[in-house]
Order: sequence, then structure tokens, then C-alpha cells
Amino acid sequence: MFYIAAAIAVSSSILAVTRKNASHALLYLVLTLLALATIFFLLGAPFAAALEIVIYAGAIVVLFLFVVMMLNLGRASVARESQWLRPGMWVLPAIMSGVLFGVFGLSFLGTENAAQIEGVMVPPKQVGESLFTTYLLGVELAGVLLLGALVGAYHLGRRYLDERREE
Amino acid sequence: MTSLWLIPALPLAGFLILVLTEGRLPRSVVAWIGAGSVGIAAVITGYVAWQFLAHDNATIVSSEWLWFSVGSMEISFRLWIDELSLVMTGVITGVGFLIHWYATGYMSEEEGYSRFFAYMNLFVFAMLMLVMGDSLLLLFLGWEGVGLCSYLLIGFFHKVPEFGYAARKAFVVTRVGDTFFLIALFLIFWQVGTLDVQEGLAFARANWDESTTVNTIICLLLLGGAVGKSAQIPLQTWLPDAMAGPTPVSALIHAATMVTAGVYLIARMQGMFELSELAMLCVTLVGLATLFIASFTALVQSDIKRVLAFSTMSQIGYMFFALGLGAWSAGFFHLVTHAFFKALLFLASGSVILAMHHEQDMFKMGGLRKILPVPYYAMLIGSAALAALPLTAGFFSKDAILLGAWDEPNYGGLFWTGAIVAAVLTSLYTVRMIALTFWGEPRGKTYEISADSLWNPNRVRTVMPFLILGVLSIFGGWIGFEFTKQLFNETEAPHGLLYVIQHLDFVPVLTFLIPLLGIVLGILFFRLSEDDQFRKGITDNSLSGILSKYWHSGWGFDWVYDRFIVWPFVTIARTRTNKNDIVDLIFKTLKFFASLFHHILSMLQTGHIRWYAFTMFGGILIVLVLVMWV
Amino acid sequence: MDAVLNIPLEHVLFLSIILFLIGAFGILIRRNVIFVLLSLEIMMNAAALAFIAAGARWGEPDGQVMFMFILALAAAEVAVGLGLVVQLSRRFQTLDIDRAEELNG
Repeated sequence: MFYIAAAIAVSSSILAVTRKNASHALLYLVLTLLALATIFFLLGAPFAAALEIVIYAGAIVVLFLFVVMMLNLGRASVARESQWLRPGMWVLPAIMSGVLFGVFGLSFLGTENAAQIEGVMVPPKQVGESLFTTYLLGVELAGVLLLGALVGAYHLGRRYLDERREE
Repeated sequence: MTSLWLIPALPLAGFLILVLTEGRLPRSVVAWIGAGSVGIAAVITGYVAWQFLAHDNATIVSSEWLWFSVGSMEISFRLWIDELSLVMTGVITGVGFLIHWYATGYMSEEEGYSRFFAYMNLFVFAMLMLVMGDSLLLLFLGWEGVGLCSYLLIGFFHKVPEFGYAARKAFVVTRVGDTFFLIALFLIFWQVGTLDVQEGLAFARANWDESTTVNTIICLLLLGGAVGKSAQIPLQTWLPDAMAGPTPVSALIHAATMVTAGVYLIARMQGMFELSELAMLCVTLVGLATLFIASFTALVQSDIKRVLAFSTMSQIGYMFFALGLGAWSAGFFHLVTHAFFKALLFLASGSVILAMHHEQDMFKMGGLRKILPVPYYAMLIGSAALAALPLTAGFFSKDAILLGAWDEPNYGGLFWTGAIVAAVLTSLYTVRMIALTFWGEPRGKTYEISADSLWNPNRVRTVMPFLILGVLSIFGGWIGFEFTKQLFNETEAPHGLLYVIQHLDFVPVLTFLIPLLGIVLGILFFRLSEDDQFRKGITDNSLSGILSKYWHSGWGFDWVYDRFIVWPFVTIARTRTNKNDIVDLIFKTLKFFASLFHHILSMLQTGHIRWYAFTMFGGILIVLVLVMWV
Repeated sequence: MDAVLNIPLEHVLFLSIILFLIGAFGILIRRNVIFVLLSLEIMMNAAALAFIAAGARWGEPDGQVMFMFILALAAAEVAVGLGLVVQLSRRFQTLDIDRAEELNG
């Protein structure tokens, strides 16, 4: 089960970053997220799995889709993408990624005693308790961050709307 | 004593209120705050004085606050009232209040009414800190504070460039003295280990004697500071120019209080000065030289305020002279009486100047006696005290100084003669000033004074300061001297008039008659000058022409300083070669490398986000490799 | 829920690394801003996966707490990032991040 989900996640994420059409890429991203949610569930984190689907796939990716549609990217952009994505550009990033993969892989080779994950469920109640006691400060900081993002996004978007109104 | 802190705090509060409201208050409120804060401080001073006398002259000390601490050194902050500072505090708040009162009318038609009173209140605060502080550091704080206020108030009419120049000049010249003072403070701290006045003096009394070189150096440096602040030779050139400020400022700062700070400083450090004969001699000589030069200069000035400025210089010269001779009480007493009559003279001249619409040339005045009766009589009283006519306040103090000079063992006769000649000169220029301003026929335009203008010198509101100062100028001498004598433990000092009556020695009699001689001479000259023949005889005389020109310029001190200090400095600063010397080269090299590195670094900032991501990625890779295998 | 499976921790972390590298690779090869942001999301998910895996290994809730912080971070980042995308396309009429090089020194 885990390995199937992992294979789907890897392949769909590769497809997501290489698609030329933004909408297609986003749909692959959703697929990746769903696969990841499955893995979360298997690892005993049902609450995280639910959040992954509701917030990531549900809210964030939809936001992406809104923007993509608002900007109205058509065939021209697909053509431009294929112009930008020349094979020559792949080489250096691929080498670097490969090296990094090698580094990580080598670091795993040394460890013999493989720890097993049994997939014991950590219930949401426990998560909530921990969140609002041990990590209370972190929660508040996250709140401030979201407020800042809200103000920032509003500021950026408002100028856009203002300019549009003038036209 | 709990209410002691209120005395400096009130003017400070007045200053803060006036500054923070930024001149938005109506003028009447500003006047009440400005003059009222000083007035209440004066009342409290009176109460403190009463307490002081009631408790048998026991020193009053406020509670102690910690000002700041550096390492193990703690600088505390404490107000200290003994006889000396009490008298000074009384003069500052009392005379200060009267001058503020007068200024509420005097400044009523000027811009920046609120600003003016803010500065004045700040000045009073700083002066009180100078006088009441128990340590030399607090004294220095006040010392610099009054310097700042002096600068601000001289340049009060900031739209006239010359006034700004005068303010800068005053600031820079006194700064020379301040530097001496500061070095003296360092020396004292180094040698004594504290800046507390009483502890320092006790230390000096216990450990030093006449042969201690350090003590002499400290005293000479302190004298340098006093000379700068009190406009004595050779740092006197700023005072005449300081007359650019409004007349109440001249009265308060440049006659009654700030310029006497030097005298106060020397009197405060009496214990140290007494140990050094050389320093005392220097004080005497500085005083005598200033006395002479200023008196001669005052004789030929045409600007009424400059006459008074030079007169102030010469009177402070008298004070220094007395201090140097060891006649401490006489010198200090002269400070007090001088504050009374010189403030009176300045206020009177201020009224005259306003009545002439800011004309200060005495040769364009004349005949003002009928138009301005109150300033006329005020000026008469003030001049009588200045010339030391018998029974006025100035007589007692100056008389005491002259007798002190006679008692000096070594050069007594010489000093006495010098002081006597200067006294004659004082009477002469005083008479000249009054004659030119008030007597004779009008030589220039006078203006109608509307009866309801606030500064109208005939209104009760304006007359009161004149009246009080006039009374003090006449009778101040009777009450004060016995009190001041106790300050310095001098019970033997001769008391002028009684001494004359008791002994009928030729010296006191002569001292007694000298000012009269000067006045008679003055009136004689004035009568003669109305005769054309005589006047021509004088003005056509080439010698008198040269002398008068020389004296008029203040004995050429300004010229000398301009030539030998200001001019070379400015010239060197302005030459082009100065811009490429070795010192500049160092900084240019620095700048070159800085901009070189800047260019190299800015080449990295391409603005390509993917380039940034790429380098970041590579960087992380390198770090990881290093962490794992190195 | 009982233990239903036994997966070695290394395998999960391995998956996390692969996803992370795919995301990084995507950032490096794409010039379109939207794809860059998308790749960023994949990288963040990879990190989240690592956290969850570590939390599951010890049976502690901390991993999920960290996941939630990452979620909040992602939401904030997407909001601002997409706002910037909109501005970029308005100002430069393109989504090419290499054209937005006015930030150079």
C-alpha cells in the first residue's frame, strides 16, 4: 500500500514540475497531495491526512487555479513554456540533484539498524493538546505570520485592483 | 530641607511648558508662566533664606539623588545652600524675576515671545544649577547650560546675520575658557579623587600648602575658565558684541548673573586659591588690566549698550581685583550690588532704545529727560551707584575694595592708585552717558509713545522693577555688607563710612572724594563741550583722534585676534592644497577599497531569482558534503 | 487502530528526499513563476512528510504539530506569492522570473 502511494507521489510530482500547461501541472500536484495524504494516513496521522486534503488540495491548489485562470494562460503560454524548457537547461540542475541524492543516499547506507514504523495512530486529541500547551508560542507566531500574509496579500492585490479601476 | 529642589525646578518647568506648547499659548499666559515661575522661585528663596538665618547659618542641603554611576564611581546630585550660594541664588531669582517682569512688557511687540521666555527660564535654571550644585560637575553642567542660553539669546533676533555672528563669537570665545575649566576639573579629579567642592577644599586644606605646584596649576586653569565666562582680559572680546541680544538679556545674562559666574567660581574655590600666591596675583592683575582697558574704552563708545557692556567688564574687573587681593567679601559684595545697579541701568537703557525705535547711538539722542522721566531717574540712581557716590550701594562695595587694595602689603599703593584712577574714569563715562542721552537738546528723532503700549516706561507695571531695583541700588549697601563679611570669616574688614568718620585718615577720605571728583570733572567737560571752540580744540587734535580711535576699538584686541588666530585658521582651512594632503590620502584609499568591494559584491546581485536559487542549492550541497566527509 | 504495516523509517525518509529533490529540480529548470511556486509546494510537502514520519516513528504528536506549522507557512507563502505573481504579470506582462531583474545591485 505504502509503496504504491509512494510511486504515485513520485511520478505525479515529476509530471507536475515538467508539464507545460499550468492547469495540467496543478492537477498532477493534486494527485501528489492525495498520495501523500494516503501515506500520512498509513503512518498513523489521520488528522494530518485530512488537513492535507482539505487545506492543501482543497484551498491552496484551488487558489493556484484561480490565479492561473485569472491570468488566462492559453496556448501561447504553452508554446512559450516549451521554448523556455530547452533540454540544455536540464543538465546542470539534474547533476546537482543527482549529487545531492547521492549524498543523502550515502548517509543512509551507514545505518544498519532499520527502525520500523508500526503505524500506531496518534489521535487528533493528543495533537491538539500538544499544540495548545507545548507549542502555544509557536501557534501564536503562526497566527502573526498569517496576519502578516493577509495584510501583504491584500496590499499587493489592492494595488492591482486600483490600477484596474483606473483603466 | 524639602522645598529646596523647587527653586531650580520651577524655572525648568516653565521652560518645559513653554517649549512643549511651541508658542501656541497666548502672550499673557506666556508672561505669567515665564515671569511667574521665576517669581515663585524667588519667594521660595526668601523662605529658604529666612530658615537659613533662623538656624544660625547652618548649611542647608537637599536630599541626595544618584545622577549616574560609572564603574565604582557614583556621581550624586545634591543641592547645597551655604552663605555664598544663598546670596547668589537670591540675586539670580530676585533680580531675575524683576528682569523677567520688565521683559514681559519690553518684548511685547517682538516675534517669538514664547521662545524668548523659554530660553530665559532655561537660563535661570542652568544658572541655579551652577550656583546650587554641590559638586564641580554640577557646576560645570550649569556653566555650559548658561553658555548655551547665552548663545541662544544673543542670537535671538536670528534674522540679522550679524547677531548670529555675535552669538557664535560669544560661544567660541567662552569655549576657550571652558576648555581650561574642564582641564582643571580633570586635574582635580585626578589629584583629589572627587569633584565634590567641600571634600575637595578639605583635601586641599589638609594635604597641600603654598608650595604645591598642582594647586597653582589648577587655580590658574580655573582662572582661565573664569576669565572666559566673565569677559576679562584676554577673553573679553565677546561681551560688547553680545549686546546684540534683547536688552533684558543683556541685563540678566551679560550684567547681573552669568558674567559673574567666574567671580562665583573663584570665591567658591577660595580654599584652593588662598594657597597659591601666584594665582592670586594673576587674578589681581587680570582684574586691574580689564578694569583699565574697559574703562578707557567705555569713555569713547557711542553706542549706549556698549558703554554699559564695557562698564560691566570693568566692574567685574573690580571684583577679580578684590578677590585677588584677598578682599573676598568686598569682591563678592560688589557682585551683588553690581547686579542691582547694572540691571537697573540696562533696563533703563532698554526703555530709551525702545523709545528711539532701536536707535542705540547716543549722539542721536539727547534731551530725553522730559519724555522719559522714569528711565531718567532710574539711570541717575544706577549711575550714582556705579560711580560709587557716597551712601549708595556701589559706594560701600567699591570703597571696601579700594581699602582692601591699600591694605595689600607689597604693592598696595600701586594697586590703590590704579583702582582710584579707574574709579575716576568710571564716574567720567557715567556722566558722559547720562549727559549725551538725557541732557541738552534732542539731536535725533524721538517718537510718540502711545500711552497704552505695554513697555511704556511711565506705566505702573513697568515702573515697579525700576522702583525695586532703584531702592536696592541705594539701600542695598546698608544691609548687605555685614552679612557678606561673615561669608569669608573676615571680621576685621573696614567699613567705609564709619571708618572714615572714626579715623579721618587721608586714604579713606580720598577714597570717599574720588567719585565726586570724577563727576565734577565730567560735568565740567560736558559744559565745556557745548562751547564750540573747546570741542574743536579736542577733535582736531591728532593725538586725541588716534587715542579715541584706538580706545573705541577696545584696544585692538579684536584686530589682533582676527589677524593672528581667525585669519590664519580660515586661510589654512580654505586653501586648496589642504584637500590633498597625506591625511586625506588615507581616507581616499579607504574609500577606494570600499567602493571596489562594493562593485564586486554588487555584481553578484544580478536580480535573477533562479540564479539565487541555484547558488543557494549549490551552497547547501557544499556544506552538506563538508559536514559529512570532512 | 492496530499496527497494520511495518515500513522502515528509511524508506519514508527516502521518499521525502526524492520529493524534495524533484521540487528543487523544478525550481531550477522552470522560468514560469507559477511553476516555481508549485515546486516550492512539493518541497514543503516533502519536509512535512519527513516530520510526520519522524513523529510516527516515536508515536508522538510533535510531528503532526510541525506539519500544521508548515501548513500555516504554506498558506501564508502562497497568499503573498500569488499576489506577487499577479503584480508581476501586470507590470511586466510576463511570468518569466528572469525578467524581474530590477532587483539587481
